[in-house]
Amino acid sequence: MDKQEAMSGVTRRAALKTALFGAAGAALAGRGVAGAQLGGRPKPAVAATTKAKAVIQVWMWGGPTHLDTFDPKPEAGRDYCGPLSNPIETNVAGIRIGQLLPRLAQQADKYSLIRSVTHGNNGHETAAYILQTGHEPGGRLLFPSIGALVSRFKGHDGGYVGLVPPYVVLTQPQGRFDEAGFLGPRYKPFATGGDPNANRFIVEGVVAGNISDDRQRSRRELLHSLDSLKTALPPDHAQAVKLASTEAKAYDMILGDSGKLFDLSQEDDDLRQRYGRNTFGQSCLVARRLVAAGVPYVTINHGGWDTHKEHFETMAWKLPQLDAGLATLLEDLAAVGLLDSTIVWCAGEFGRTPRVAWEAPWNGGRHHYGQCFSALVAGGGFKGGHVVGASDAKGEEPAERPISPQDLLGSICELLGIDPDGPLPNPRGMDITVMASEAGGVKGSGRLTEIM
Amino acid sequence: MNLSLLRVLVEERLAHRRPQVKPSVRQTLLLPVALAALPVAWAASAEPVIPFESAAWSTPENGIDARVLALLQAKGLQPALPCSDEVFLRRVTLDVIGALPEPSDVEAFVGNPDPDKRAAVIEALLARREFADYWALKWCDLLRVKAEFPSNLWPNAVQAYHRWVREQVRGNRPYDQFARELLTSSGSNFRVPPANFYRAAQSREPEGLAEVAALTFMGTRVASWPAEERDALAAFFSRVAYKKTEEWKEEIVYLSLDATTPLDVTFPDGTQATIAAGEDPRVAFADWLVRPGNPWFARNIANRAWFWLMGRGVVHEPDDIRPDNPPANPELLPYLERELVSADYDLKRLYRLILNSRTYQQSSIPQSPTAEAEALFACYPVRRLDAEVLIDALDWVGGTGQSYASPIPEPFTYIPEERRSIELADGSITSLFLEMFGRPPRDTGLEAERNNQPSDAQRLFLLNSTDVHRRITASPRLRRIAIAARGDRSQLVRDVYLTLLSREPTPPEQAAAEAYFGTPELTAADAATDLAWALINTMEFLYRH
Repeated sequence: MDKQEAMSGVTRRAALKTALFGAAGAALAGRGVAGAQLGGRPKPAVAATTKAKAVIQVWMWGGPTHLDTFDPKPEAGRDYCGPLSNPIETNVAGIRIGQLLPRLAQQADKYSLIRSVTHGNNGHETAAYILQTGHEPGGRLLFPSIGALVSRFKGHDGGYVGLVPPYVVLTQPQGRFDEAGFLGPRYKPFATGGDPNANRFIVEGVVAGNISDDRQRSRRELLHSLDSLKTALPPDHAQAVKLASTEAKAYDMILGDSGKLFDLSQEDDDLRQRYGRNTFGQSCLVARRLVAAGVPYVTINHGGWDTHKEHFETMAWKLPQLDAGLATLLEDLAAVGLLDSTIVWCAGEFGRTPRVAWEAPWNGGRHHYGQCFSALVAGGGFKGGHVVGASDAKGEEPAERPISPQDLLGSICELLGIDPDGPLPNPRGMDITVMASEAGGVKGSGRLTEIM
Repeated sequence: MNLSLLRVLVEERLAHRRPQVKPSVRQTLLLPVALAALPVAWAASAEPVIPFESAAWSTPENGIDARVLALLQAKGLQPALPCSDEVFLRRVTLDVIGALPEPSDVEAFVGNPDPDKRAAVIEALLARREFADYWALKWCDLLRVKAEFPSNLWPNAVQAYHRWVREQVRGNRPYDQFARELLTSSGSNFRVPPANFYRAAQSREPEGLAEVAALTFMGTRVASWPAEERDALAAFFSRVAYKKTEEWKEEIVYLSLDATTPLDVTFPDGTQATIAAGEDPRVAFADWLVRPGNPWFARNIANRAWFWLMGRGVVHEPDDIRPDNPPANPELLPYLERELVSADYDLKRLYRLILNSRTYQQSSIPQSPTAEAEALFACYPVRRLDAEVLIDALDWVGGTGQSYASPIPEPFTYIPEERRSIELADGSITSLFLEMFGRPPRDTGLEAERNNQPSDAQRLFLLNSTDVHRRITASPRLRRIAIAARGDRSQLVRDVYLTLLSREPTPPEQAAAEAYFGTPELTAADAATDLAWALINTMEFLYRH
């Protein structure tokens, strides 16, 4: 059985089972495909144009430099470029990117760059909130992140029946910014923990570190032989039946095929090498496996970009990892036919100061910069090979087509068939739209229609 | 239906029981079920299921039991057998102080020949400090105590409010005084803690405050009332006003002086009154509410107390009292109300009455079909431990603590690790565990907000997380047991049982556990880990029973 067959086998099998997280999954399992029956409201009109089925978010926590990645400014001189003054041409004429991203340069036909993202906020947590919710912080409502929104529409309430939760974060939770906000804990992400680059990728609750499958089976038998209260209760006792069914599903994950989604030893060694044998690279590979199995939203929480000091030293090893992981992900998704239905987007909470802080104590660092920075979008209906917007000569201000986080997130929603201006069903019964625009903040120049 | 068919059915029902119920015993077990026409009684004619049941009652029948039994008799239902001493101690400790009993307490209790020992334990537990912690948690669920969203109480006010509630519980403040103070307080959210009652509402409009007052103290949902009556109730709260001060996040609740005209009001029972200008209509409402003979006030709290201890209200849902939702047992609820009112709203006395009843001390193994038995209190209903109680139990086993922190909203909250989770004041403290296990969001104050149903995510966590694994392997408590056993497996098994399930193993359990140590390629340490893991994952550990 080749990889493709194995994958679709998993999907079919998973589809026969009820949802892993959240009790309503079973009840909703028969409801049909995503997009239908959103909280009993009519199907949004844009659903007909749905191109994307899943999202992989590469979250560059800490704030990656835009000048050294997707918006190089060699003409601005050493005070802006430092040693990285030789950007490279890509396989799309007229688009240049940072010199440490040669493999991404060969994939530029698959993605588009937005060089004028702006929100003006320079605090990690507030900016992360703005970028992932599209809202200014501090209001009365705590808004859900884009991952939770997608989970709300494309997860258990939207026809997803996989055992793996619909919103997965590799590997560590982001803290408050992947939170479900007022949507509530049902839409929180499942954080795997562990390290996909380790010999055994330990996934919290699913793949235990030092418990072999044999031991899992023998201790499960021990549990059954000692579960005396359950044995003493009538066989139709509702609580006992419920508990037993959760146990059965848990072991489907622990010992069955769903858990094997996280087992990278099933992948070709050569492919694993191309992704990069580091946590980020292997996370990209896991993300592809999850998306192939139908998981609608995967965030790769890829930190370490907060380079106030030793910026260029850090970029020297960090950018090649990004290059290998992200380029291989795009290549691989395209090769297995998933890129057309999978959005990949890549950004941090802000960019970094275009002017290098050469002075002590920074000695060549870059600071927080929310006024103007870049994002990469690919797949799922986003056209490749384009640049949206532009920054000024030094990368300090959006020069044309300023893009707000709401423009970006609203575009992603649209491609998924989620109407950004449509109603957002919520547990509190509030009358609110998906991308509610009541929060103030920076106004962008609209969604990314030119690349959709 | 002839007797042989009945016999087959009963045999089937018993087939799942523990193996030590010998065939000869099954014959005697037939009696109470097959001969339902016999008078229903607390007589324990069925053979008890070891180790959960006892053969005979030492607890005397009380006023509750007479009323429960009368209805069971009328319905042809059989009450459950008495629970065993071990089950009783675990149950009452969990129910009263939200904790597991210490193994030494189990041994002392089981070995104590005093026939009144159950009453003595109830008394001792009601006097424990943790009683106030655990029952303050219930009250703070009801009063929606949380720093942020949908009401913004803010952290300092949450701490002040929670401390005040806990003091009232600890001092066993008469319930009518407690309610009156909550309903009538004015002042600063920091300095007059009960004034926060009016700040912890989703809506501060008079209608929203009326909704909260009615739910909390009348156990009723005004949404089901006619519009006219809703408006009449809202009028009592129409003069509540709020203002900020110079101090950060301080807020004053006060009586608005804008109104210069008298206010005509109609109480929920239809009587009318006029509130003079400058008088506080909330006081008139509170006076009406706590007045002896008010049909709503005592009924609500008696029903809640029963729900808190028995897992199901006499009126069910416990906060949905309305004429077309009658009590399951129409004699029982008025009796509880009378007992409470005649004791001047001494809540501990009511808890004591319930805890000392045979009804409470029944086994959780029903002798009648489960759903009917639970609805009419013919058994003690099995239900999963509260989220906070479960994490405390896991911490107690593992010698660990939770370091709760809330970086939002300001000022930040940090809780010392040695504090138990049942002591948490703030419902907005972030905790994946508590959310996974159904802690109430404290948005509405509805009892149904607490979700004690099992989920697949919970099960994965308990069966296979590094968190649980680490608690077991690093537990000082379990390590001490292993060291004390000095390689004596029989003692090790016994002590692990005593610690985790508050009882000794039965001989078949002992044998199965010891046999597990012979599993190929498994070290003794791993086998001991798996034993503790298995017991933690039994229904007996995870559920009140």
